Amino acid sequence: MLNAADIATLWLTFKVAGIATLLMLLFGTPLAWWLARTTSRWKTICNALVSLPLVLPPTVLGFYLLIMLGPNGPIGHLTTELGLGTLPFTFPGLVVASVLYSLPFVVQPLQSSFTSIGEQPLEAAATLRAGPLDTFFSVIVPLAKPGFLTASILGFTHTVGEFGVVLMVGGNIPDKTRVVSVQIYNHVEALEYTEAHWLAGILMLFSFSVLLVLYTVLKTQPVAHPLK
Amino acid sequence: MNMTTMQARFQLDYGDFKLDVDLKLPGTGITVLFGHSGSGKTTLLRCVAGLQQAQHGFLEINGHIWQDSEHDLFLPTYKRPLGYVFQEANLFPHLTVQDNLHYGLKRIKHNSGTVKLDQTVELLGIGHLLERMPGHLSGGERQRVAIARALALNPEILLMDEPLASLDFKRKQEILPFLSRLHQELDIPVLYVTHSQQEVAQLADTLVILEDGRTLASGPLAETQSRLDVPLAQDREASTVWQATVAEHEADYHLTHVAFAGGSLSLPAINAKIGTPLRVQIYARDVSIALEAPSATSILNVLPATVTGISNGRDGQTVVQVRLPRMAEVSQSVGNLHDQVGKQTLLAHITRKSAIMLNLQIGMAVYVQIKGTSLLN
Repeated sequence: MLNAADIATLWLTFKVAGIATLLMLLFGTPLAWWLARTTSRWKTICNALVSLPLVLPPTVLGFYLLIMLGPNGPIGHLTTELGLGTLPFTFPGLVVASVLYSLPFVVQPLQSSFTSIGEQPLEAAATLRAGPLDTFFSVIVPLAKPGFLTASILGFTHTVGEFGVVLMVGGNIPDKTRVVSVQIYNHVEALEYTEAHWLAGILMLFSFSVLLVLYTVLKTQPVAHPLK
Repeated sequence: MNMTTMQARFQLDYGDFKLDVDLKLPGTGITVLFGHSGSGKTTLLRCVAGLQQAQHGFLEINGHIWQDSEHDLFLPTYKRPLGYVFQEANLFPHLTVQDNLHYGLKRIKHNSGTVKLDQTVELLGIGHLLERMPGHLSGGERQRVAIARALALNPEILLMDEPLASLDFKRKQEILPFLSRLHQELDIPVLYVTHSQQEVAQLADTLVILEDGRTLASGPLAETQSRLDVPLAQDREASTVWQATVAEHEADYHLTHVAFAGGSLSLPAINAKIGTPLRVQIYARDVSIALEAPSATSILNVLPATVTGISNGRDGQTVVQVRLPRMAEVSQSVGNLHDQVGKQTLLAHITRKSAIMLNLQIGMAVYVQIKGTSLLN
């Protein structure tokens, strides 16, 4: 069965994933909106940058983050100056790393949703006296609902499942940065296969049911869903 | 009657397409922007709406300036008191018909105008659709909802971009009467884009003809339709639309007489009260010309007129423009010809041979014989 340490890692994992998902939606939505609509020549570069974590080994991303966030890195300098200390091996550091690592899973579904909505509803809203922000909340958000759903679920589950980045940036500190995937690794290293089974099984079941729900909901949506 | 005018000057350059127009239009009735695809009519409408921004532009409607590029003024679309009907109805798919209708209404501060939502719902016959989602409406129904949605805002001007173009013939016939009624019942000026001559004939009060981003002609419908310097007059389907009113019924002969600016016409009997306004369309191919009043003819509508223009077209065809009623004898030497002829124009397509045999000249007194008329409302 699960011991107290296992439950703590589960709780920590969901806390990181939850906060990271909220932050990704907050920053990812305007980013995806911009990427969907801009004709700027920076668009291609930004697209490639955002998608980088999809192809990069997580250890590479983690390594660079560790350097940048560390006491001698540019961001580390900044956070130290601001009196925040350095981020590696802390909970906020873990969240920042997760946000960067999972961002493409949030931005891409949103971006494709926004693109498929097209210009027409925006023009209709403008002729009906809705300003840009008003249009965003009254037309774009409801029409991009499948995109938001997909983005939240993929962002959350992907963060729950991360390992390499966590290990590089967060380390393996109980109650602070030790997440489920790392705990499973610890169990296997210690040949505690029963405990590893329990945690692995929980993650498996969780991820499968969440994706099952997502695809079921998307099937019922009248608007083409962003995974197609 | 509200006698405001609209002034629109736009210059826009997309490289392969240029728009360069300078229009002054009446603030009442339906003004149709007519042209083939690529003529710039939709671009012009979108510039009026602010959906597109002309590099150089000046737009004044109802005394309010919406764009003045010289003073860096450009009112965004959502701040312009207009109504817009798109070619595809463009309803919000996530809202019911009712919520679509209320979308704009909720966003105007106070509804000062005379048009009420109930009235537009009734006018367009969509009362039974209010609970439905747009996805479950036919094309014609969607377009009627879109028109009601725009009208409910009580706009200072209603802009319509080929609202019937995506509909089949039957649906068009379903909506056209609503548009005609709208025209009679509501005092909102309309800018209407189309490439259909039939819609021009049925709806226009003022006609603007566009080609390659420029204005070829603009003015009152019959006047502009019968301008010989515009290709429309040469078209096989060329016609003149007269605004007339029911004057008298002649039940014995199953006829109705209608009065127009140039005299009176006999039409097959119609069921309408005396005084009812009508639009009568007369195709140029149905009009023939005689120098003397024909004494024996089966044609009822023979009217005296004055020749005011002659133009040779393709394939041995000659287009003759006449004006009615015929005034006193016209003398070419005395002043302006236009002061000596009637106000109502009419086009006739005749063969070049006939034109030469009759020796038709500008200023000549003739009789026009109208073989057929069609009633548009």
